[in-house]
Formats: sequence, C-alpha cells, structure tokens
Amino acid sequence: MDAHTLTQLLAEGTVQTLVMTLVGTLISYIIGLPVGVSLIVTGPNGIKPVAWYNKIMGFIVNVIRSMPFLILMIAFMPYIRKVIGTGIGTSAVTAALILAAWPFVARMVEQSLMEVDAGVVEAAQAMGASNMQIIRKVLLLEARPSLINGAAVATITILGYSAMAGILGGGGLGDIAIRYGYYRYQAAIMWITIIVLVILVQVMQEIGVKLAAKLDNRLN
Amino acid sequence: MSEQIIRLQGVTKEFDTKGGKVVALKDIDLDIEKGDSYGIIGLSGAGKSTLVRTINLLEEPTEGKVVFDGQVLTGLSARELNIQRRRISMIFQQFNLLMQRDAIGNICFPLEIAGVPKAEAVEKAKELLKVVDLEERAHSYPSQLSGGQKQRVAIARALASDPEVILCDEATSALDPKTTRAILSLLRRINEERGITLVVITHEMEVIKQLCNKVAVIENGEIVERGDVQEIFKKPKTKAARKLFFPDGQVTEKPLTRTSTRNRVRLVYDEANAGEPIIANMIMELGAPVNFLYANLDVLGGAQKGQMVICLAEDRETAEKQKEYLRAKGVEFTEIDEDEYIDRGEEVSV
Repeated sequence: MDAHTLTQLLAEGTVQTLVMTLVGTLISYIIGLPVGVSLIVTGPNGIKPVAWYNKIMGFIVNVIRSMPFLILMIAFMPYIRKVIGTGIGTSAVTAALILAAWPFVARMVEQSLMEVDAGVVEAAQAMGASNMQIIRKVLLLEARPSLINGAAVATITILGYSAMAGILGGGGLGDIAIRYGYYRYQAAIMWITIIVLVILVQVMQEIGVKLAAKLDNRLN
Repeated sequence: MSEQIIRLQGVTKEFDTKGGKVVALKDIDLDIEKGDSYGIIGLSGAGKSTLVRTINLLEEPTEGKVVFDGQVLTGLSARELNIQRRRISMIFQQFNLLMQRDAIGNICFPLEIAGVPKAEAVEKAKELLKVVDLEERAHSYPSQLSGGQKQRVAIARALASDPEVILCDEATSALDPKTTRAILSLLRRINEERGITLVVITHEMEVIKQLCNKVAVIENGEIVERGDVQEIFKKPKTKAARKLFFPDGQVTEKPLTRTSTRNRVRLVYDEANAGEPIIANMIMELGAPVNFLYANLDVLGGAQKGQMVICLAEDRETAEKQKEYLRAKGVEFTEIDEDEYIDRGEEVSV
C-alpha cells in the first residue's frame, strides 16, 4: 500500500471513529443524563424519593452494564438490523454503542451529582425552590466540573467500544486495525492505528480536564 | 399583645432508625411573636436543629401543626408551601452557598427562584451587599471568601426575598469569637432595624445573651423552660437552664471543706443597683459576715448584668435578716439547694 492510500485510509477511519464516538456519546447523554438525574432525585436521600422507580431503573442499568460490549453488540445485532435496516457499518455500530453506553453515562452522572453538598440543596428547598429548579439550578450547575470530567471519561470509553466494533466490520480505526493488522499481518498499519487512537484519547482527556477546570469556580 | 408569627402546636417528630423509633421532638408548643429574636438553646442532640427545621417544614412533623402568620403550613401542597417558604429565610452553620456562583449570583438565587427579572435582582443584590458590608467582594466566589464573609453573603441572600422571619441554625458555630460578635451584631441590627423576626438555634449561651430577647431551653426533645432572657438569667427555674446560663457552675470550684454550703444565694444585679455598696452595708449594719464564692459580670442584650454567689451567715436567724435586708434593697436573689452547688454535669460528688 502506498503512502497516499494509507493516509487516505487512516483519515477516513479517523473520521468514522470520531463520528461514531461523538454521535454515540451525544445520544447516550440525551438518554443517560435524565436517567442519572432521576436516579439521584428518586434515591433514598433524594429530593423526591420513589423507591420502586429507583430500584427498577437501577436494576436495568446494572443488567446492561454487566454485559461486555462485544457480547452485547453480537446479541443485539439482529434486533438492531430489524430496527435500522442494517447490521453492519457505522450506523449499526453507533446504535450498539448507544445501547451499551447510556447506562454507563447514567451512573457517571449519578456519581457526579452525588458530590453536590446536601446542605446547598437544603438551602434551596428552604428558599422555596421547586424540584425542577433544584435540578437545573443547583444539582447540574454545582456538579458541572465533575459532569464534564465524567463526559471525557465516557467519550473515551465509547471510543474504545467503537474500536471493538471493528470486529463486526463496523468501520473506523478498529476496523482498519483488524482488517489490515490482524487478517493481513500488516503489523505496521496496526501500530499506526493504535498511535492514532492514543492521540485521540489524549486529546479528549485534555479537553475534558481543561474545560472542567476552566468552568470550576472553586479553583480560581 | 403583639401578633404571633410562628406557632408550633403539639409538634412531635419521630425518626425511624435501624435501632428503632427515635423521638426527636415531644409534643412541642411554641409561640414566637413578630419582631422577636427567639433563641432556642440546648446541648447537641437535644433536638433544636430538628425543631427549627419543622418551622419551614424541611422536617415534616410526625404529629402537630405548624402555623405561620395565621396559615397552617402542615398539609399545604408543595407549590403552596414553596410560596410560603419565600417568606421564611434560613442561614446555616456551614453557610450552604452555591460554590459555582459568585457573591452576587448567590444573593440573586432566591430572587431567580421567585421569578424576579435578572436586572432587578442584580440591583437588589448589590444593595444587600452594602447592608452586609461586602461591596468589594461582589464577584468573589465562596472559595475565595473567609467564613465570616461567607456568612455575610448568606445573610444577604436570606434578606433578598424580604422575609418576615430568618431561621438561624447555629449560624456562628463555625466562626471564631471575633467574627461571631460581628455576625451577631449584624443579625441584631437586622432584627431591630428591619423588624425581621429571628429564630436562633444555638448551643452557646453567649449567642443568646448578645442576640435574643426570648429563649426556650430544649432538652431531650422537650422545652423545659422558656421566657424572657432577662428573667431566665435572673431566676433560672430548671437545672438545664442553670447549666446553660452558668456553664462554669454556681461555684467554679469545690468549696473549701470549711466553707459552709448552707444558706447560699445567687444575686443578680444590674446598673440600677450597682451604685450602692449593698453587701458591704449589709455586713456593717447586721454585723454578720458573708462569704463570697463566685462573681462575674455579663453583658446581656447590651446591658451589664452581674451575678454573685455568696454564703450568708451560718445561723438561720441572721441569714433570714440578711435576706430581708437584700429584699428591702430590691436585690434579686435565688436560694441554692444544698445538693446543687456544683452543677457541672454532676461529675463531682459532694
């Protein structure tokens, strides 16, 4: 393979990986953020305890989280094919990513919100804030730095999942690594994709840390 | 009679814990009048924090009624309760400021909740920063403020909604003595100048002395004594009140063995009868000595109050004459029981 083709291949793979990761993360948050908030709110020490909801939702989250991503993706691929019309390629992988990642995101969000000082929530209640106001103006804002750090971790985890999806011909860098590096014994290409993945993870982590610090008013 | 702003009627609070039911408050009745600075004092675990939290229903009473300004709060819907809660502010031992908002942002918070337009809220927040003497820290975040400054921001935040009542839950307990005095005088000013009713929870008698006109003593979930601070200071009826008002004991040390422990009285004197050397005159006129066991001077609600424990003459007849003399001079005194002279948690036996 000449340098030009290789560059093009890697560029395409990187773009596909980024699209799968970012779209997957975004939609996982659209589902996982409200679920995480609801777990905190309905928890035993929450502002509106609802024991049955909390138990059931906690159970669903745990069940999905206990399945390894690769197994989950293989198990659910037939259903994904039915719903979105295809079982291979980036859109099928993105669907699998979301399915696996939203419970993870929900737990990350729950963890972040747990760090918010109960006294501040109590103060807001004493002021006559509604539960919705407490969620929006106290919980989510006070936990902002931790939520951003969590988002960086979630994005990196989803990036890892997307690379794993290469085994099912999912596209992206993982796909390249498996097709060229594993099936065709082109170790060099394998290592190049690894390096690109490492760089992507580094960049995401840095962005997360910097952004969290910048938006944390406890530090400056 | 002035108007009652807060009434607790038969308020009981039970908590279910792993060890079974714990009764935190037992059938509490409490009336707080408009403009009062009402202290609630007790040792930790007495139930005073639970009591103050029932006033704005952060703790829902198991039984009983909470009435605020003629309206029964217990049983209101969440929405109705939230509207009433805007009229009752609260400040806390740990300040409970939003760490991600600056001073102005924190003060604006209750206004935001109430739907006040932003520009108006900021304007008001700036005014209130002047009231608490913190104008130059408008854009500081809580992490950049000292404890005293944080509590000033919290007080400004409490004032933002123009409340009728401010509940102070151990508001100075995390502060050093100097800052405590400054915060107490600020609260006193707010009570006097704005007529805002204060409910002051504390375990420190100093706070009551400097800030309150009325006080209730709470012990094991019950109010054991209540009334005018001046009155209770003069004549505490219960052991609990005496323990809190005179924490260093009626007599600080165990009396010398030769000292009589009989006929001991506690005198309270103020500026009105400080001009005349009453005790000295009594000794000279009756020709019988007294023994001084304890004396100190306190500042109570801005006025000086002295208290003294003395042993009167050994024989009953002379002692009676001495008491007669004191009564005639208008000196308030209470007799001390034989078994009570060291009241330091009863650890010293006689």
